[in-house]
Amino acid sequence: MHETTPPPGATAPVFYEQEEHAHGDGGTLFGFWLYLMSDCLIFAALFATFGVLGRNYAAGPSGADLFDLRLVAVNTGFLLLSSITYGFAMLEMDKDRIGPTLKWLAVTGLFGAAFVGLELYEFTHLISEGATPRRSAFLSSFFLLVGTHGLHVTFGIVWLLTLMVQVHRRGLIAANQRRLMCLSMFWHFLDVVWIGVFTFVYLMGSMR
Amino acid sequence: MSEFAEPGIARKPQDHGGTHGEPHPHGAQGTFRSYMTGFVLSVILTAIPFWLVMGNVLDDTLLTGIVIMALAAMQIVVHMVYFLHMNTKSEGGWTFLALLFTLTLVVITLVGSIWVMYHMDQNMMPMSPHEALQRP
Repeated sequence: MHETTPPPGATAPVFYEQEEHAHGDGGTLFGFWLYLMSDCLIFAALFATFGVLGRNYAAGPSGADLFDLRLVAVNTGFLLLSSITYGFAMLEMDKDRIGPTLKWLAVTGLFGAAFVGLELYEFTHLISEGATPRRSAFLSSFFLLVGTHGLHVTFGIVWLLTLMVQVHRRGLIAANQRRLMCLSMFWHFLDVVWIGVFTFVYLMGSMR
Repeated sequence: MSEFAEPGIARKPQDHGGTHGEPHPHGAQGTFRSYMTGFVLSVILTAIPFWLVMGNVLDDTLLTGIVIMALAAMQIVVHMVYFLHMNTKSEGGWTFLALLFTLTLVVITLVGSIWVMYHMDQNMMPMSPHEALQRP
């Protein structure tokens, strides 16, 4: 038995080593991508919850009664604009220009803050109307799904501000570039999730 | 074996005249043109579903639902390609493989949940709005 099972690592193929050396970033970006995929599964679970409970109004208000689609459209615009401005920041980063990179990051942060602000306004408005998470299964799953997304954006803004300080202090060094690329994936990923939210929750919910 | 050696070769070294010597790994492959293309497509693919629902254009809930879901799927692909720079080559295809695996799980989670829970309320007593409000 002892002879047939070699110790772990003894049979590890050599090409793993080679692959790691071929990567300039040490696999960070791929690792971050895997994190995003796991985050995607969290959202899948929340979407599934909303899909199951989204029509259980408990004789309370439905999406058609509550949602203001103009507000959602403006919010979608904010997030879309923040995506393109982050893209511009990445292009400036490629050219090694610190000033414009920081400016575009700041614009991205402002759009993100506008998105979170408008969402908080919507939530307080709903709650003041009595449409709290406790009102019905529909509202519980709604606040859970949309709130989780909003929380992600909030943490994205915190991360963005942190990186702006980092870039300001140390410049566009390789480590900061790697971090900005991770945040880029995170930010665009949140925009992708929002496509699902506005389609599945707001637009579908507004239709009878 | 050749699959594993590919990413090093496939990666195009970019010359950007920086002080740092390292070429960019994947992630920073976008150009102004590609970002703008993605943005314009996204705006169109966002505007159409909002217009369809807010203007009640099709006058058919089921059809509108199918159309806006299809448009959302298209927009997700646009974001993946133009903003997340998704392709089948980066990291020797492992990025794409992870995405496919995740998508499989997402579809099972969503379709499975809705399918299994579809008859959840079948044995519930019908309840009037008034009764629901009086519930403990």
